Amino acid sequence: MSAAPAASIPRVLAVGWWFHLKMLSRSAFNGILQILWPLFFATIAFFLYGIDGDDRTLLYASIGASVMGVWSAVSTSGSGAVQRERWQGTLELLVAAPVPLASVLLPVTTAMATVGLYSMVTTLLWGRLLFGIDVSIEHPWLFAFSVPATVLAIGMLGFLLSVTVVRYRSAWALGNAFELPVWLVSGFLVPISILPDWVRPISWVLAPTWGVRAIRESALGGHPLPDLLLCLLLGTVYLLVGVFAAESILRSARRNASLSLS
Amino acid sequence: MTVIEVSSLRRIYRTRISPWRRGSREVEAVRGIDFAVERGELFGLLGPNGAGKTTTIKMLITLLLPTSGSARVLGHDVVEDPRAVRRRVGYVFGGDRGLYERLSGLDNLRYFAELYGVPAREQKARIAELLELAGLAGREKERVEGYSRGMRQRLHIARGLLHKPEVLFLDEPSIGIDPVGARELRTTVADLRNAGTTVLLTTHYMFEADELCDRIAVIADGRIVAEGTPAELKSRVGEGSVVEVEVFGDAGSVLPALRALSGVRSAVVEERGHSEVIVVRAEPGAEVTQGVLGALDGISLGRVATRQPTLEDAYVELVESA
Ligand SMILES: Nc1ncnc2c1ncn2[C@@H]1O[C@H](COP(=O)(O)OP(=O)(O)OP(=O)(O)O)[C@@H](O)[C@H]1O
Ligand SMILES: [Mg+2]
Repeated sequence: MSAAPAASIPRVLAVGWWFHLKMLSRSAFNGILQILWPLFFATIAFFLYGIDGDDRTLLYASIGASVMGVWSAVSTSGSGAVQRERWQGTLELLVAAPVPLASVLLPVTTAMATVGLYSMVTTLLWGRLLFGIDVSIEHPWLFAFSVPATVLAIGMLGFLLSVTVVRYRSAWALGNAFELPVWLVSGFLVPISILPDWVRPISWVLAPTWGVRAIRESALGGHPLPDLLLCLLLGTVYLLVGVFAAESILRSARRNASLSLS
Repeated sequence: MTVIEVSSLRRIYRTRISPWRRGSREVEAVRGIDFAVERGELFGLLGPNGAGKTTTIKMLITLLLPTSGSARVLGHDVVEDPRAVRRRVGYVFGGDRGLYERLSGLDNLRYFAELYGVPAREQKARIAELLELAGLAGREKERVEGYSRGMRQRLHIARGLLHKPEVLFLDEPSIGIDPVGARELRTTVADLRNAGTTVLLTTHYMFEADELCDRIAVIADGRIVAEGTPAELKSRVGEGSVVEVEVFGDAGSVLPALRALSGVRSAVVEERGHSEVIVVRAEPGAEVTQGVLGALDGISLGRVATRQPTLEDAYVELVESA
């Protein structure tokens, strides 16, 4: 008998991501939402801007709506997923495993964000098909980088949320509580310039703000590169904070017995 | 070699009384326990509901921090070096929680094989071997939500064994399993022990503990009240026989008279279904059946039986006097 060797972290991440993606695909409810939400968001965007908007304004709006879909998926389901792990008794098993907790939690939200990516693409397609929005892209390469970068950064924000859910049993509600404010503050629907001044700093530290800007500027023309880099930088900061916080939060969860329901 | 060393281990739970008001309630679940388990031993932890068994196990597998005291597993401190402990121990609990319902048994095992660092090359063979052991071969591709309770439990055990743990913690593994399944489970556990795995087991089934355990600690209200081999524990209740009399009517009122009889060690009433049974334990060598029947004169009696003490008798006496 020998001790199990240390698991390879990239493998754990990849296998975990696939595992959670598979689980998400098994829920009929989720599937329906993922088909309906984009439609719903695209429609909101159209009616917000559609009345007197030209084609470019509509593209601006539907990009916002599609990123909104990603964030909604990650914020509500990402934190809910950890709560479900607690509820079904698997959270303890995950903690009892020898791999770092962060490497178990990260795939949960990145899988969710991947589903969100799908919703993003469908929102744009809905816009094209239903409302005839012109979806031609100015900087295709930067667009192709900005979209996954934004999705990943949103996944990292969800990861930060899920780390707190491990410690606080009621923190899963945070995900729902943050869903709407982040929509607004990140400028998904309305430009952040119309928000009060004191909100600005909050927008700046939210990676989705820069992500959605990068996507918009690469689609509509502009200088998306700085936005893209800021989005990636913030995403990395979230990741590092989450990884470091996870270990101390786990210790605190062990002290406070918050890993299980009983 | 000592595999599990527990000394003065304590755990207090603090729970908020309500989210709105200040103040908290404290439960001292484990009140300073000491025990040691040697390599290859099958050690039983017995005790009533709420005695602190699960709490003790969760401290040993690093899910809970002790409030004070210390615990070492395979030489690693559970507070200082949790990852080293996690790599070498397996944990299986009873009941049907702890599985990913929407996915298949195979998916569940693959995922945990990865988390427990089973090398990619060995995973396939190891999982096939465990599916065979768990009697799930052929049904591994079905979703867990369609599994019966026994299948889930066997899947749990397969999961706990993926990384060939040196120490296995089994918290009520036989709960809700049918008699045949429970017997198979006992064989599996005995085989593991014979192959050298150290096992810490909790159960509420005394015959199971009697059959399996090399040594037992009885824990009640957070304290260890007795420790020894099953035979030693049985001899603690004395070599005396046990008389059981089924009664219809007010059984409680005759207890003082029974306890006053010479040769009687204890007399208690137990509910068994619709009837009440008076259980009288005799001093070693004493013959009390005649006296007991005499004292029960005038009460309508059912079945009368005399038998040798079992582990359950020892357990009940230890727990009640605790
Ligand atoms: N998370 C918790 N928060 C507060 N109190 C708890 C918690 N978990 C257990 N307790 C309390 O600690 C005590 C010991 O519980 P524990 O689960 O260790 O008992 P047990 O011996 O495993 O019982 P059982 O045989 O019913 O499984 C009980 O009084 C229980 O109510
Ligand atoms: Mg228990």
